[in-house]
Amino acid sequence: MEDASITLQATEEVRPPVTNIGALGWVRQNLFSNPFNSLLTLLVAYGLYRTVPAFIKWAFINAVWWSDSQACNQAGGACWSVVTRNLRFILFGFYPYDQQWRPVFSLGLLAAVVVYSSFRRNWNKRLFVVWAGGLALIGLIMHGGIFGLPSVETEKWSGISLTLLLSIFGVAAAYPFGVILALGRRSRLPAIKTLCVVYIELIRGVPLISMLFMASVMFPLFLPEGITVNKILRAQVAIIMFTAAYIAEVVRGGLQATPRGQYEAAESLGLNYYLKMRLIILPQALKTVIPPTVSILISAFKDTSLVVIIGLFDLLRTTHVTLSNPEWMGFSTEAYLFTASIYFVGCFVMSNFGRRLEKKLKT
Amino acid sequence: MTDQAPQTPDKVSPEPFIRIIELHKWFGEFHVLKGINLSVNKGERIVICGPSGSGKSTLIRCINRLEEHQRGRIIVDNIELTNDIKNIEKIRVEVGMVFQHFNLFPHLTILENLTLGPIWVRKLPRPEAENLARYYLEKVHIAEQAQKYPGQLSGGQQQRVAIARSLCMKPKVMLFDEPTSSLDPEMVKEVLDVIIQLAKEGMTMLVVSHEMGFAKSVAHRVLFMDFGQVLEENTPQEFFSNPRHERSKLFLSQILR
Repeated sequence: MEDASITLQATEEVRPPVTNIGALGWVRQNLFSNPFNSLLTLLVAYGLYRTVPAFIKWAFINAVWWSDSQACNQAGGACWSVVTRNLRFILFGFYPYDQQWRPVFSLGLLAAVVVYSSFRRNWNKRLFVVWAGGLALIGLIMHGGIFGLPSVETEKWSGISLTLLLSIFGVAAAYPFGVILALGRRSRLPAIKTLCVVYIELIRGVPLISMLFMASVMFPLFLPEGITVNKILRAQVAIIMFTAAYIAEVVRGGLQATPRGQYEAAESLGLNYYLKMRLIILPQALKTVIPPTVSILISAFKDTSLVVIIGLFDLLRTTHVTLSNPEWMGFSTEAYLFTASIYFVGCFVMSNFGRRLEKKLKT
Repeated sequence: MTDQAPQTPDKVSPEPFIRIIELHKWFGEFHVLKGINLSVNKGERIVICGPSGSGKSTLIRCINRLEEHQRGRIIVDNIELTNDIKNIEKIRVEVGMVFQHFNLFPHLTILENLTLGPIWVRKLPRPEAENLARYYLEKVHIAEQAQKYPGQLSGGQQQRVAIARSLCMKPKVMLFDEPTSSLDPEMVKEVLDVIIQLAKEGMTMLVVSHEMGFAKSVAHRVLFMDFGQVLEENTPQEFFSNPRHERSKLFLSQILR
């Protein structure tokens, strides 16, 4: 009998003490582990109690959704009508009303290209073709003038299509450009190295706004008479040049963090510089720097809103214009919350993608 | 080739495969290699030992230009190492190297580590490269690990993979830079066994190592280096039982204690 109970005890699983498991255990461990934490918990709970119900009441219960501005003034809550009534202007701005299927179609195409690029098996040379082709097609559809589409001047491209075009193509072009700059900065050839260092330091030493100003005001002065470069294109190039400089420095960090032995092993197999970088060094370096890279891409996305400064009507600007309509004045909170949530969704998607990528590439 | 320990004049061909003439190298102001002369014949196996900082690793790293020499000549397989990148790459294809810290590519599977060189440098079709890789994995006794990543293997296994990776390039000479120095003691033997096996097959090799038993069983010659010079060059038996140079006596008395 004695024996049996001993073997039983030895094989029996030892359960954790009750206080550590279950909802009660979680509460005790995470919310009330000591007096200071308990105080913090109570303070936060009080803060939430004061704000959350009030916000829900304002944003949902007392809100009006589809009314005119008259009804909004009488309602006690949020006036989402400012968004719903002006949605098409906020999203597409001055793009001709009856042609707005074209930006919608372009955005769908853009999304398709992005989704295509997010699959690892598509990471090859064809990706560049897909992006270039996608850009060309989007340009054609947006601009029109062929296929019987009435032509729409680029001055009228505005709203979310402008924001997304600028940011997505900005980021897609800035990334490879930044990688090349980073490699150039580590080059042994003094001319290339100096060129890259000067470029990176110059661009990083200047605010994006001033780059946009230069692109829109100064740059045309240097062009010969009669030649003009499209305003959106100029802004796009400024964004690409700016973002690339930051990406270059982050990638350089990744290159330096890759152990010397990896370079040596690649070299001792007889790989040339291009193969060494492409097959061995860059895959490791770029993976290491995913978190800061995603940060740069997110801020590039948000920074596109600075193009208002040179008179382009991006998403933020169309929102602003909506609010200057006397009818909808005074509902800026609702309108900006809507715009902010669009930006948030974009950023959230990017950081999620970054996180998933990190997990997938972990070895 | 027999299994017995010292094989002196067996299959060594008289034609020098590597010739190093009056080799000098500086790291900044520090004179690491001070006039090294060495020729290695086809099929010859040389073990280089000496205290740390003596320049032995630097010497073999000069042979495939991981380090650049400043004076003297290095000629491998009738190609002289100069700044010509084409020559350097040609020589690196013929010269395999195994590192102290393995330096496997962590983002690639074992199989991909092995096929990378054959596919991209030797331009073999993928199936052929994979057959080659499996053959050499079999040879170093880890065929079953082909789909794993380097991080999932023990140090001894990683070093055997690294050896197989070099062999997949069908090198004419192998350089080993302290191949067992960063291994746990129990894994040293499995790696040395693989190298000894390779030696029996007649591979030309230069090994930087302090493994005395290993040196005795495979080396035709032992070089003892210190202060950037070759202080003693001897047969393994003579070197370990009857060293000529004062410095080698001291060194041996310290490591054999």
